Amino acid sequence: MGKGFRINGSAVVMGLYLLFLLLPVYWLLNMSLKTNTEILNTFSLWPNDLTLNNYRVILTDASWYMGYVNSIIYVTMNTVISLAVALPAAYAFSRYHFMGDKHLFFWLLTNRMAPPAVFALPFFQLYSSVGLFDTHIAVALAHTLFNVPLAVWILEGFMRGVPREIDETAYLDGYSFTRFFTRIFMPLISSGIGVAAFFCFMFSWVELLLSRTLTSVDAKPIAATMTRTQGASGIDWGVLAAAGVLTIVPGALVIYFVRNYIAKGFALGRV
Amino acid sequence: MSLILERVSKVVEGQTHIQPTDLELSKGTMNVLLGPTLAGKTSLMRLMAGLDVPATGRILWNGADVTGMRVQDRKVAMVYQQFINYPSMTVYDNIASPMRLMGIDAAEIDRRVRATADMMKLGEMLQRKPLELSGGQQQRCALARALVKNAGLVLLDEPLANLDYKLREELRAEIPRIFEESGAIFVYATTEPEEALLLGGNTATLWEGRVTQFGPTPSVYRRPVDATTARVFSDPPMNFLTLRKKGGRMLFGDKQDMPVLDALTNQPDGSYLAGFRPNHVELERKRAAAMQFDTILNVTEITGSETFVHLGYGGERWVGLVHGIRNLKPGQPLAVYLDPAHIYFFAQDGTLVSAAPYAKAA
Repeated sequence: MGKGFRINGSAVVMGLYLLFLLLPVYWLLNMSLKTNTEILNTFSLWPNDLTLNNYRVILTDASWYMGYVNSIIYVTMNTVISLAVALPAAYAFSRYHFMGDKHLFFWLLTNRMAPPAVFALPFFQLYSSVGLFDTHIAVALAHTLFNVPLAVWILEGFMRGVPREIDETAYLDGYSFTRFFTRIFMPLISSGIGVAAFFCFMFSWVELLLSRTLTSVDAKPIAATMTRTQGASGIDWGVLAAAGVLTIVPGALVIYFVRNYIAKGFALGRV
Repeated sequence: MSLILERVSKVVEGQTHIQPTDLELSKGTMNVLLGPTLAGKTSLMRLMAGLDVPATGRILWNGADVTGMRVQDRKVAMVYQQFINYPSMTVYDNIASPMRLMGIDAAEIDRRVRATADMMKLGEMLQRKPLELSGGQQQRCALARALVKNAGLVLLDEPLANLDYKLREELRAEIPRIFEESGAIFVYATTEPEEALLLGGNTATLWEGRVTQFGPTPSVYRRPVDATTARVFSDPPMNFLTLRKKGGRMLFGDKQDMPVLDALTNQPDGSYLAGFRPNHVELERKRAAAMQFDTILNVTEITGSETFVHLGYGGERWVGLVHGIRNLKPGQPLAVYLDPAHIYFFAQDGTLVSAAPYAKAA
């Protein structure tokens, strides 16, 4: 037997793994570039009749592209609010001892243990009665319930890795607390902030139940738009697939930028 | 300039970390806090810096009460055992940062940063980040940052403990020079008696949260007020031997007795503690007056040119430091000799009865 026939086992396993992993994504992309007729009537591994028409529909129709805009608005709001709240909270947990600190820290995590559906009804009723229904801030606030605990948990791990003596040296050097926190401390845990921001973004971007319950028209997220696209002629498969592809893109971009930080986050055992 | 501690104490969760302490550090002095780990050196230093608020007592700086004042307003500099710098800033910015906060103008900052960096041999490293430096350079960077702001009180908490031997020697020689130039009050915590002696100045010996003695370093070394101070200020610790004085004889347990030494002749009969430093243990009779003790050799440690002998005498454990490499068999009897001139006597409660004659002469 010649050398050329030797089979590299790990390459085969890796190839199969990637194949199964990417098959759904490829199929989505494949569909988004086909016409509805081709999707419904023939089985083809690649588009026979390549079209970008599905994407044109989404990028020109306000009822579609506003879904992305709405999602991006409330996801950004949520990430900012979550970090703004979690940074000081995590600092307090990492630096001070107070009565019940450990219980409080664990209790924060228990907020993530209930499924979002549990909170859909109270949030809907509460936000309707205070006039927040169908606003971006409503969804952003609802998502903080899950994101703040996670962000505190992640950030605390990073902050604990910074020696307390750095804080003290800064105070002795004359730094006020805010100046120390923004100039010295935040650069030190920048990777932690990156990881926390990524998880806030991720959760908020993929969450459907709360965002759909709390919005109707003005703040309707893209995921909700996608579930409501049944026209008179049935489901518009091609456009739906194109919307799916466009929904994956922001997540993939964010992952790409924070991939090194995520590894660090895993190393700290908190993600 | 002076720092005065008045009955300052520190209690954490019901445990006393620092007993009520009085201490007066005056302008331009080098003060060494000497004590073993957990003796309270760092606690005392944190109280001086204002990082911790004392449970009782007052801290006076230049006569003004600064107890409980914000550390930002105290104009104190501190260097830790760990190398603490701001990792996200360059060495230049690290050194400049305290001055920037004081609002000093840029030209003056630049001049002082470069002068201090040169003194600390960091001139080439100014554009690097602290984590790209060696351990010794990182600690010099921390020292530079502490010195550049001309603080009246500079606290050094075992600054050399994490450095390797060579670097430690090097920095230890520099610190007295830096101190001379600064004119500030320096407080230097260390666990090593040798370091205290090399630095000179004053020494406060600490033991279990209590300052046992404070005074000029050589006199604390030569005339410790009690057995605890003597034990702290000796490395390896001072050896002790309990004895009873009865009439004209000294009885060492039931093993041995000999005529009473001059130092004890005028003392009443009773129990005493004889103390002698490891380097005064001799394996040969050098003077006719030397006292002989028949001990059992437990262990020997050879450190290149010297030998540590661990001895048992009755229930006592002694350590001797003798010159040269000795090939001695552990477990064998060994006769050791002590010159009476090297013996301290302490009363039963530990207070000094009589310093060793050699120390009085010096």
